[in-house]
Amino acid sequence: MDLRFGDSKPTDEERAAVDALLGPPESSWEGADRSDADLRWARGGREARDRRDQLLPALHALNDRVGWISEGALDYVCRRLTVPPAEAYGVATFYAMFSVRPRPATVLHVCTDLACTAAGASELCAAVEARLGPESGVKVERSPCLGLCERAPATLTIRAGESARPGVPPLGEFEDEAVQAESGGPGAAAPGDGKGKGRRGRNTLHATAVCAPATPAQAIAAATAPESAPTEPAPETAVPQTGTPTLTLLHRIGTADPTSLDDYRAHGGYTALRRAFALGPAAVIREVTDAGLVGRGGAAFPTGRKWQATAAQPDHPHYLVCNADESEPGTFKDRVLMEGDPYALVEAMTIAAYATGAHQGYLYLRGEYPRALARVTHAIEQSRTRGLLGDDVLGQGYAFDIEIRRGAGAYICGEETALFNSIEGHRGEPRSKPPFPVEKGLFGKPTVENNVETLVNVLPILTMGAEAYAAIGTPTSTGPKLFCVSGSVARPGVYELPFGATLGELLTLAGVRDNLRAVLLGGAAGGFVRPDELDIPLTFEGTREAGTTLGSGVVMAFDDTVPLPRLLLRIAEFFRDESCGQCVPCRVGTVRQEEALHRIADRTGAAAADDIALLREVGRAMRDASICGLGQTAWNAVESAIDRLGAYE
Amino acid sequence: MTAIPLGVPRRLVEFTLDGQEARVPEGSTILDACRAAGKDVPTLCEGDTLTPKNACRVCVVDVEGARTLAPACSRRAEPGMVVRTDTERARHSRKVVLELLASSVDLSTTPSVAQWIKEYEAKPDRFGPDAARVDEEPRVDNDLYVRDYGKCILCYKCVDACGDQWQNSFAISVSGRGFDARISVEHDGPLTDSACVYCGNCIEVCPTGALSFKSEFDMRAAGTWDEERQTETTTVCAYCGVGCNLTLHVQDNEIVKVTSPHDNPVTHGNLCIKGRFGYQHVQNRD
Repeated sequence: MDLRFGDSKPTDEERAAVDALLGPPESSWEGADRSDADLRWARGGREARDRRDQLLPALHALNDRVGWISEGALDYVCRRLTVPPAEAYGVATFYAMFSVRPRPATVLHVCTDLACTAAGASELCAAVEARLGPESGVKVERSPCLGLCERAPATLTIRAGESARPGVPPLGEFEDEAVQAESGGPGAAAPGDGKGKGRRGRNTLHATAVCAPATPAQAIAAATAPESAPTEPAPETAVPQTGTPTLTLLHRIGTADPTSLDDYRAHGGYTALRRAFALGPAAVIREVTDAGLVGRGGAAFPTGRKWQATAAQPDHPHYLVCNADESEPGTFKDRVLMEGDPYALVEAMTIAAYATGAHQGYLYLRGEYPRALARVTHAIEQSRTRGLLGDDVLGQGYAFDIEIRRGAGAYICGEETALFNSIEGHRGEPRSKPPFPVEKGLFGKPTVENNVETLVNVLPILTMGAEAYAAIGTPTSTGPKLFCVSGSVARPGVYELPFGATLGELLTLAGVRDNLRAVLLGGAAGGFVRPDELDIPLTFEGTREAGTTLGSGVVMAFDDTVPLPRLLLRIAEFFRDESCGQCVPCRVGTVRQEEALHRIADRTGAAAADDIALLREVGRAMRDASICGLGQTAWNAVESAIDRLGAYE
Repeated sequence: MTAIPLGVPRRLVEFTLDGQEARVPEGSTILDACRAAGKDVPTLCEGDTLTPKNACRVCVVDVEGARTLAPACSRRAEPGMVVRTDTERARHSRKVVLELLASSVDLSTTPSVAQWIKEYEAKPDRFGPDAARVDEEPRVDNDLYVRDYGKCILCYKCVDACGDQWQNSFAISVSGRGFDARISVEHDGPLTDSACVYCGNCIEVCPTGALSFKSEFDMRAAGTWDEERQTETTTVCAYCGVGCNLTLHVQDNEIVKVTSPHDNPVTHGNLCIKGRFGYQHVQNRD
């Protein structure tokens, strides 16, 4: 690879940010001053190129410190990692949280997605934008769902640069509000050699502040001084059932201290892993298969089959990837799990990796989840110091470690293969399947990828046994399921119910308000149902039979105060913004869908008929011909609103 | 004389294509089988010298039992597969894809597309006069070739030809996201500030004429470009000893464009800056 770099130089701060992650450059080939030796030995080749996966962390390091990515900084990253500048530019411009144009150090993300729109996000946005002008030093960005739907409307402030609060919080003492997220993956290691060069630096601090529910004044206060923003409410406030003895997945949230490993163990932690070691990998897979566990991310693929297929691959190494890029509008269960019970995820990942023969796990965590990042980072560090991660897990001679990778604002990276590309330092574009990840996944190796909720389900399977687990729920949808209830309900939050409860039961539990107009199941990629369909059983087969979907467990209730066309338009905008642009049906189709919905926003009946016909044709092609699930589902919610709710009639 | 490598004999895969038994060597795509059977499947992002990105989705076919349509250019034939190329479902997707493309970019220099639009009864105008378009001014920043991204369908062929599939220059990539995604060099600068080596191998693979010789671009602008009046002469490049084939496109006794035969075992259609653009001395008559 013969790379050409421009003449732009990084500033000292930019250089420091990158060096903090990657260590100082070893030679002028990597951007240091030229020495005589450099004239005689070229360094590069495969070893240098193998560090491409550090591209996204390096861009984060710059963004955290400086707030944007300049030409000089990008060129410096490219030199350090032997990445062609054109490709790095393509990656940097792919993510919504990065900017390649100068911008203020503070960015205030105001969620304008469904739950927040219903809770008055437009007014919040207008008020905030009016008062935070260009001279305020805060850039206001309208953001897709921030995963804070139970506390809508929500804002997230991210301030780049050295934090006003001095020092790194010492290990063990973790500040609850987690306003200081550490950047740079802890214990990051190269995919190839497992060692990597000097990349344990973690001294770039940036400040974040979540404000939800937000009033304009609170949002502005948080944006101007994120360091002193009020503490976020504890994760258990998002779990209205806290303390109920029947909880399986959520039972530790609100009862065990999420920062304390001892407390986790006192509440049943690490019994599942012990049982896994006692059973051996093949028997663990058998348990998971017998338990009937299927993926909770939306696709409902049998987890045991996925594990078995990966474990059986002769190619090595195997990887485990946890998909925590929870970005489906209306979904926040993984956030609550990671904030409220982070050790459970660490333990579950260890079990999954053990069963499938992986020694390296990646946790791809949504970039908009600062507290989840802090909590899981802390949990991983604690587990590592206590021998629950590392070369010899629980003294069983099994090596496993987890590396966190932060997303940077791209819904598409929740697609399993797009997520691999994102980790590998490429644009987060989905790959075409086959080959499937179990055969060729991360770094082209056999990979198991599971959602956070799916993994956490493995713990009760092992502690209570497959048979007892399979007895929960219905014969074809087994186990407990988390539902993210938001919108027009008295007690929004994450609910745990066995599969088979009806939509009505769930909504009653959450205290649904009067004037219910529609319920959105499964998020933007899901579908609407009518208020007279509340007897739909919440199972995969039950929702399928009713012609809708369970998706990732979103249940969003809307009353008649929000005009339906506005919600549909927001869904269409979401898909237009989040399409990666790779395939034509989705890239152009999502634009045409939004245009048509704009045209008929105020029309009904015959005046809308032509555009509805057009929407159907484009939607059908998107569903049939798009590469990945994003394009294939981009028309679902709109279609269901037209067919089931009679929108535009 | 060129030795033609025979390679290891490949097993044959049998499957059903439009109701007929099809037998293709293992590893062949559905598109290979279609072409062998004389079926016309439209393609844009597929190229004979590249591994397709299967991004355009104009070649989709119906595979029995599959939830979605499959891109013929990339999906390999599997034993027992039942494929139909002409179902209403496949034709519908092709039609809509053509409509989406034709309503968003300028396809005036894309070969065959007008015929496909007719064949599939695509009506790109149905999205109305306000339908968003990729409105980009042609970028004329060097003397050799022009990038007119108003014609770009984002097929990724130029990126692949510039990158690891042929040239390994990595001068261009896709930047941005969604409808705003564009092919660009780093920092979206001019070509002259990039890693471009002006081999022109991106022009060779561009299916829409978004990338073109400056000579072609200027002649089209002046209305003098006329392929009917052009002759093509294939010869051997005289610059070095590699022996690349050049095909000189000549109009009115002037070389207007240089390509290379894609079946040439030396070049596979690729050239360097000298072979591609270094022809001016031929027509220097002083």
